[in-house]
Amino acid sequence: MKVTSGKAGIHGWGGYVPRYRLPTKEIARVWGWPDHQYKGLNVSHKSVDGPDEDSTTMGFEAAYNALLRAKIDPSLIGAVFFGSESKVYAVKPSATLIAEMIGATPETMASDLEFACRAGSEGLRASLALVSSGMVKYALAVGSDTAQAEPGDVLEFTASSGAAAFIVGPAEGAAAIVEYSYTYVTDTPDFWRRAEKPYPRHGEGFTGEPAYFAHIMGAVKGLFKKTGLKPEDFDYAIFHQPNGKFPVRVAQRLGFTYEQVERGLVTPMIGNTYNASALLGLVRVLDVAKPGQRILLAPFGSGAGSDAYSIIVTDEIVEKQKLAPALDDYINRKLEVDYATYTRFRRILTMLARG
Amino acid sequence: MVLARWWRTRIPRYRLIGAQCKSCGRAHYPPRKACPYCGSTELEQVMLPRRGILESYTVVQSIPGDTRFQAPIIVGLVRLENGVRLVAELTDVQPEELKLGLEVEATMRRIREDGDNGTIMYGLKFRPILGKS
Repeated sequence: MKVTSGKAGIHGWGGYVPRYRLPTKEIARVWGWPDHQYKGLNVSHKSVDGPDEDSTTMGFEAAYNALLRAKIDPSLIGAVFFGSESKVYAVKPSATLIAEMIGATPETMASDLEFACRAGSEGLRASLALVSSGMVKYALAVGSDTAQAEPGDVLEFTASSGAAAFIVGPAEGAAAIVEYSYTYVTDTPDFWRRAEKPYPRHGEGFTGEPAYFAHIMGAVKGLFKKTGLKPEDFDYAIFHQPNGKFPVRVAQRLGFTYEQVERGLVTPMIGNTYNASALLGLVRVLDVAKPGQRILLAPFGSGAGSDAYSIIVTDEIVEKQKLAPALDDYINRKLEVDYATYTRFRRILTMLARG
Repeated sequence: MVLARWWRTRIPRYRLIGAQCKSCGRAHYPPRKACPYCGSTELEQVMLPRRGILESYTVVQSIPGDTRFQAPIIVGLVRLENGVRLVAELTDVQPEELKLGLEVEATMRRIREDGDNGTIMYGLKFRPILGKS
């Protein structure tokens, strides 16, 4: 299953979080939820895309930040992957939009990927494979979502908006080299959205143990078995973050400490950005990581599957950290909105006249 | 016809590409076939700086149709770092946060869409510079 062994790495990384924040206590006020029914999620606010934002605009800004750090001619990017479950078109690629916006067109592959919250990570794996094989010099992997959740559903307390992007290139010159990656997938009915339906459904009994925990633990243990690495070999561990408690719990089960997980935890502050969830954790870690440190990254997507990556930081990271906004610049730029404004921004309010 | 016109002008809109006159040296946006200052047709495309300051603005509250959910729409006159002036929408800013001299930067946004069954048109708007708002 090993597809990379240090031949490729991350040359540029970038994140994006919209300005607006909806407090979870405001959602509880509107729907009449008592504290004990949502506070255990450990999410104080969720980021809300503005009325002129979507998964494409957010993905562009994350990609632009990654490009600033990579310092490469965008025409050298030979593949653009866009992972999302909130594509703006059912048919018309967002990957070509972003490729055109950043200047990677026309000599590039471009495609949108779907695997619930894991599509962006699949794009990262495909990028690593293409670069490692020599087919392309650089590839761009984007994970971006304006996450959908049915109003009043428990998912609404966490489903948020954000994007992460990585420019993958040869190991030489990379800020972080991907040593190994490993993927673990099965057919699991934990979460789905049927065609032309606006909101996803979740199979309650499948969400935790058979889906999230089984797949992330399967991927991480698979990586450990292939490589001989152990939890104590890592400085940071980043897991998919559907809420603020699952990543801490899976870390404990795998033998990681809270200190290894803390820096990469973004969901308690901004909610679950679906395809950007774990990837934004990686962005936040790369913003401060030091040469020689090792990072474990384990995204997860319903349906279900998880990837585990072992990433080594190089000397190149120091200069690149200053070349684009840090994720915390976006997280700290916040304006609280109420539920009514959220329904307008998210177009849950449907009475508006349409031309 | 809006779709074709938008498509033809997408690259300057996506990448903030203007034109610089080889005769008088001045740049402008959006790029035209002749220099608006000296009339020369000897122009080259240039990537413009993405930061500038707000020189004037107006706030539009009454918005028709598909774009109403974006209300209010704020239109600004922005002077880029190289002196080029352009008119663009402002975003991620509340009317009460506006002031002349506000430092702004370009960001990609939805400009308009052709109903809920047509295309979405993207372009650059300006927002207060990250970390300074």
